Amino acid sequence: MRVHVDADKCQGHNRCYSLAPELFDVDDLGNAVELNDGVVPEGLEHKARLAMANCPEYAISITE
Amino acid sequence: MTIDRHPPVTDWATDFDHTDPVWVNNPFPIWDELRETCPVAHSNRYGGTWLPVTHEHVSAIAYDTEHFTSRAVVVSEARPGPNDLPAPIGVAPPITSDPPFHAMARRLMLPAFAPKKIEALEPFTRDLCNELLDALQGKDVVDAAVDYAQHIPLRVIAKMLGFPAADADYFRHIIHLILEEGINIAEEDDIRLLEGQSIDAYFDAQIADHVANPRDDLTSFLLEAELDGNKLMHEHVRGTMLLILVAGIDTTWSAIGSSLWHLANNPADRQRLANEPELMPFAVEEMLRAYAPVTMARMVAKDVEIGGCPMKVDDWVLLPFPAANRDPEFFDRADEVVIDREENRHAAFGLGIHRCLGSNLARMELRVAVEEWVKRYPDFELADPSAVTWAAGQVRGPRSIPVRLPA
Repeated sequence: MRVHVDADKCQGHNRCYSLAPELFDVDDLGNAVELNDGVVPEGLEHKARLAMANCPEYAISITE
Repeated sequence: MTIDRHPPVTDWATDFDHTDPVWVNNPFPIWDELRETCPVAHSNRYGGTWLPVTHEHVSAIAYDTEHFTSRAVVVSEARPGPNDLPAPIGVAPPITSDPPFHAMARRLMLPAFAPKKIEALEPFTRDLCNELLDALQGKDVVDAAVDYAQHIPLRVIAKMLGFPAADADYFRHIIHLILEEGINIAEEDDIRLLEGQSIDAYFDAQIADHVANPRDDLTSFLLEAELDGNKLMHEHVRGTMLLILVAGIDTTWSAIGSSLWHLANNPADRQRLANEPELMPFAVEEMLRAYAPVTMARMVAKDVEIGGCPMKVDDWVLLPFPAANRDPEFFDRADEVVIDREENRHAAFGLGIHRCLGSNLARMELRVAVEEWVKRYPDFELADPSAVTWAAGQVRGPRSIPVRLPA
């Protein structure tokens, strides 16, 4: 599983970073970036789905 | 000074008024009914105002910076005047700014409010909450809004700007004027003419003090900041100070107050939070969804149709994010507070390019304020439900919440 942040859609709500800091980081402006090329370590799939489902801007996608 | 321009509303679809006591006290049934019958309401009040209430329409307008301008974001009798900085800058950048200026003005401020910057303020906020809670110790009935919620953002914002904590009463006065009284003041007695000199003189004194003694705070940051190689215009600095003061205090105070009001009313939720502190991040988002304090506004920049309604240049449009957050088309059990709701794509901090600049700060203050309160007082109840009062206008939250603390 991989997560991806669409930088054009991200407005820095910071929901993904607070829900899944193992998968996302935020830059100095507060915009999100995926960690580790977006690869979701085993066991963190639920957190990845939560991050996607809570983004108000629909900026996060998941590929499996 | 205040003229009664607000007869009671009799028809919410054609004559709504967001300052009507019925709305102020409980707007949710109004929005629920409009969603069923007239999802984009109109009123001739304030010179012509639209009210979309579905998530679909509210988000469409929030994303459409071509047809809607942020030049004015508080619906009032007065449209922006000739003395106000025009679009795309507006009187309080970046909230009143439009593209392309908006991105520059916002980018300048974003680092100061980024998550990792805000984390550093958490210990100060936690200590402050405990200091306020200490002062409640031993009392039977306290006001959770007046004695607790309001002080938290006031003190945090004063600290961030580097303003004296002792000036908190003055900030409260200014905020009340702008957000509540300002609604009733017409162009001819423009609020900035009445109070503007005093606000501006206050900001000028703070600026002079920071020029003489630069320090690590937002005021010195604004004075040092550059856009395109130039220092910010003096009006830009003051406008951004005003924005931080107005947008950073009333809003968070409202969110903390609404959350404590909800918990006072709902022993089961209180109990779960006390017993399952790991729920707190979800509970905070659910409080923000269900009791989102902020309704924004836009003005129509170019004629456009939304939901079949013809919006004309210079019409006001209210953007009730709290109504979008209660739309059953978008949320399951939209009208219930589900304290452990895991999927919560709420719009409490807005959508699109104007996402609340202070959202990370607000969320931290709300979480810490509720955590510390619940730790200290896992059990409390409304002392007199009829004594709870709510702020009128575009920021909604309880202004008085008398609660009884356990002996």
